[in-house]
Amino acid sequence: MRLWKAWIIATKDFSVFRKNKYILYSLVGMPLVFALIVPITIFYSLPTGQIPLEVLSSMINTMNTFFIFIPAILPTIIASYSFVGEKLEKSLEPLLATPTTDSELLFGKSLAAFLPSILATYIGSIGFVIFVDMETYNRFNTILLPSWEWAIIMAFAAPLACILSVEINVIISSRVNDVRAAQQLGGLVILPLVLIFSLAQSKIVTIDIFSLLFISSILLVADMVLYYISRIIFQREEILTKWK
Amino acid sequence: MTLNVDEGEVFGFLGPNAAGKTTTVRMLCCLISKTSGRAWIGGYEVGKREDSLNIRKMIGLLPENVGLYESLSAYKNLDIYARLYECSESKRRENIERFLRMLGLWEKREYSVGTYSKGMKQKIAIARALIHDPTVLFLDEPTANLDPESAKTVRDFILELKKEKRTIFLCTHNLDEAERICDRIGVIKTKLIAVGSPSSLKRDIWERKTIIHLHQINAKILGAVERLSVVKNIRTIDNKLILDVNNPEKDNPIIVSEIVSAGGEIQFVTELRPTLEDVYLRLVREPETK
Repeated sequence: MRLWKAWIIATKDFSVFRKNKYILYSLVGMPLVFALIVPITIFYSLPTGQIPLEVLSSMINTMNTFFIFIPAILPTIIASYSFVGEKLEKSLEPLLATPTTDSELLFGKSLAAFLPSILATYIGSIGFVIFVDMETYNRFNTILLPSWEWAIIMAFAAPLACILSVEINVIISSRVNDVRAAQQLGGLVILPLVLIFSLAQSKIVTIDIFSLLFISSILLVADMVLYYISRIIFQREEILTKWK
Repeated sequence: MTLNVDEGEVFGFLGPNAAGKTTTVRMLCCLISKTSGRAWIGGYEVGKREDSLNIRKMIGLLPENVGLYESLSAYKNLDIYARLYECSESKRRENIERFLRMLGLWEKREYSVGTYSKGMKQKIAIARALIHDPTVLFLDEPTANLDPESAKTVRDFILELKKEKRTIFLCTHNLDEAERICDRIGVIKTKLIAVGSPSSLKRDIWERKTIIHLHQINAKILGAVERLSVVKNIRTIDNKLILDVNNPEKDNPIIVSEIVSAGGEIQFVTELRPTLEDVYLRLVREPETK
């Protein structure tokens, strides 16, 4: 596989995305909501009296899980434009006629969905860290982030969740004939990840280093399995004849 | 089908809808695999995994739908494809400028393609197919859905390409276009039913007819013509005799002589020439006719 070829496809998609307001708003809006608006709402709805630092720390760990499912949601929006958008613009046929291999095409398209999603997640996460630290410094004269839990999410869980979402969207896009079906099925990828947040919120699961490493391991295995499936499924003939 | 397209030839591929034209083009462009048979482009075998990239490098494809990135400029659209076709930076710039100038779109190169008219988009799609200087060009209905003026511009451009001796495989429903542009034509109706130059198809598929305008037709003249073995069929319309003949150049003097001997007064002798449409319709309606 020639990485520079994949990069041409990815940069082409970036150029198209830049012109698509829906994608831009999603990339900016979603991290903004989860990294700033939700934490601000939670912080300012806390009781006016001091709450124990351990409780606040546990809340922040739970809020950290936002950054597992944000990178899973964003590729759903981007990938549906990236792959199905090609079909909508009827640009797949000339693209598939170029001297690019299936792997280059798959990797380039995946990169185009992965990079903006993870970048938006990281930027949102940095905003989250700054906001949380300002608050905790004001209230407790200490800073809680970055923590080991946050670092594991940023280093492993977030990119792995993002890759999982990209792969699932590739598979769905090449299997279904309908754009809306592709988007809706692709969106289902976040359900297990939202479940993690819900379990943490209801104290059934504790978000600590070990649980995050366990989640990351599961994501890694799922990514590897889906990588092989997507490579088998992503064949230009299939795409051309089935993407109607 | 068994078919050979020579280097520098413009080959027209005609057939009704669902005849298999686009499928054939897609197979030759290595977009879909063939179920059986063999084909080569420039010495590379179609369907052979290791040859597919080489085939794609040497061909240019104009699909039925232009498939441009509407939000991007014409220049950007062409630049992306030039890079995918592995053109050097200098060649990229040179070819983009050359084709955009040839097609009269250089001044509008930075406009979004979405703002272009259908004809302009079609021109950009043709430029995209040519951006890497392919030796073989597949054009799938290049003038479909274009207004007459845009269709003429595109047609003239294809004629320019013909002068450059590029091998062009042209799928079209436009018989007049095929006749004007193509060196040879193949008619397909799920299988190839005829191949030849427009003139040879007309000659071979359609019996040649001689029309003889007479001052008056009578039984004596008709009897004299009927007795001639060179005349295959006779029809009369008013004072005209319409005769099916195999070789008008040789047979017409014999026929004229017989009519004159029978007392006929000949006013004109003309040939009834079939159009490519006549030939095409006969072929697709009677597929067994070769």
